[in-house]
Amino acid sequence: MSVVEEYQPVFTGKTLDRLREIFTRYPTKAAAMLPALWLVQEARGWVSDRSMVEVGELLGVTPAHVRGVVTFYTMFHQHPVGRNFVQVCTTSPCNLCGAEDVVQAFLEHTGARELGATSPDGAWTVTEVECLGACGFATPVLVNADFVESVTPERVPEIVRKYK
Amino acid sequence: MGFPHNPHARETVLLSQYFGDPEARSYKGWVKRGGYEALQQALAMPPAAVTDVVKESGLRGRGGAGFPTGLKWTFMPKEKDKKKPHYLCVNADESEPGTFKDREIMRWTPHALLEGTLITMHAIQADVAYIYIRGEFTEPFAVMEQALAEATAAKALGTFKIYLHKGAGAYICGEETALMSSIEGKRGNPRIKPPFPAAFGVFGMPTTINNVETLAVVPHIITHGAAWHKAMSLSSPKSTGTKLFSVCGHIQKPGNYEVTMGFPLKDLVYELAGGMRPGRTLKACIPGGSSVPILNREETERCLLDYEGCVAEGTLLGSGGVIVFDDSADMVYQIMRLARFYAHESCAQCTQCREGTAWTTKILERVLAGQGKMQDLDLLLDLAENMTGKTICVLSDSCAAPVVSGIKKFRGEFEDYIAGRRRAMVA
Repeated sequence: MSVVEEYQPVFTGKTLDRLREIFTRYPTKAAAMLPALWLVQEARGWVSDRSMVEVGELLGVTPAHVRGVVTFYTMFHQHPVGRNFVQVCTTSPCNLCGAEDVVQAFLEHTGARELGATSPDGAWTVTEVECLGACGFATPVLVNADFVESVTPERVPEIVRKYK
Repeated sequence: MGFPHNPHARETVLLSQYFGDPEARSYKGWVKRGGYEALQQALAMPPAAVTDVVKESGLRGRGGAGFPTGLKWTFMPKEKDKKKPHYLCVNADESEPGTFKDREIMRWTPHALLEGTLITMHAIQADVAYIYIRGEFTEPFAVMEQALAEATAAKALGTFKIYLHKGAGAYICGEETALMSSIEGKRGNPRIKPPFPAAFGVFGMPTTINNVETLAVVPHIITHGAAWHKAMSLSSPKSTGTKLFSVCGHIQKPGNYEVTMGFPLKDLVYELAGGMRPGRTLKACIPGGSSVPILNREETERCLLDYEGCVAEGTLLGSGGVIVFDDSADMVYQIMRLARFYAHESCAQCTQCREGTAWTTKILERVLAGQGKMQDLDLLLDLAENMTGKTICVLSDSCAAPVVSGIKKFRGEFEDYIAGRRRAMVA
């Protein structure tokens, strides 16, 4: 016998109030899609299948439509990630400035070891990301919502300590 | 780049004047610096008169395409249908590799963007504006949110409504029709034009899409007049005003530099941005963001930075993202890295793009792995030809541009890999 956990809706109380305010900004409910998904990810850390159904019901679109949107945008997580989510820019300008060494340093110091994998303690997931739009501050790194500029491999241990 | 911004003597500082000045971020600080005066001036003019001034100024879109801004505004319906609200979409989805100018405008001078947005809304009779900010821009978003709240509290918005819309990681959403799809809550798929946005835009309503830098210039044009803006040109009279150039890659002083249109690229690179690292020489340069053809050293040293000057060297001014490669750069690897970027960012609607970007990347990876054949170079060029001018948007063309120019100008490096004379330093 399998145990089915009861789904706790994301949109209740204040979160539902926030969504209602967002609805007033657009002429259609469906346009609140990206803001709604951001609210889900803020609350749960990722966007589950069940949350997609919930968003679809609130916005009046099918769960398939929601899934189509979620899978299109790289910032929405379709599975749980580490408590700290690291995105290192490795597109050409940063690449020229040694971004790949920064990636290696993060993989090593966080214990995540592999790109996209989560460290055994659940604290870290490290990914490469395409252009973060801060090429003059190579290498830019997003740690959760914090934008860290001019990261070098030498600075990585200090950054990792800060978020531990 | 360091803040506060200490401009080089040869810069013409207009948009970047207050970069690094935290006081300029607040509504009060902005008003103290003369902010929102242009808005009052514009609101006292009929909308068409505002459009005429911008048209006369010669301002062209700073997002990449260089389309005349005032002319774009005239495409909006003159007589407003009450059932059809007008929209302005502000493109702050800055994601073109090499470009980081809109980020600085938003994070240091958010009210410059809001003021430009409001003037434009008046000109095109827009009711609502959405500022589409890419999801990764956490700091600029927070600064804009604060600025919008302050401007709203100070009643600077009048009856206009401005909302911030946060993206979620998709380069293609910087394409104007994809941006509208994204605001509507859909996948960021570009749409076939026509219908053009001015007739059938976001939510099916008349819409204008403008880049952040373009809008930030508008208040200056209203204040100083069209003739003043038109006079700012060092070369072609078809390119006027100043432009922010983001210099990055192998360069001593990366950062944003604001110069008058027609400024020599070589002076920007060697003088303003401090030139190459000691002992290094310039090998190549991409002057307008990763989507434009690569220049070799000779072309770089000849190129004038305006729309016409770049075309004369076989490239484009694009978004003004200047990527510098010195003699240590592996051009084959860098071009593969750019192709991989486009393969990752393709929305996958069009076959030429979905397949073309992926295969271009795979073939380049094969060459780098020492498994390439000489025919691969022709194959890449053949692919590129089929990826150019055949799709809904220009992402596919953008992938082909560095590949074609790269093979043409640095063919020897490709052949070295194929002949086994060279091995990749990095995987």
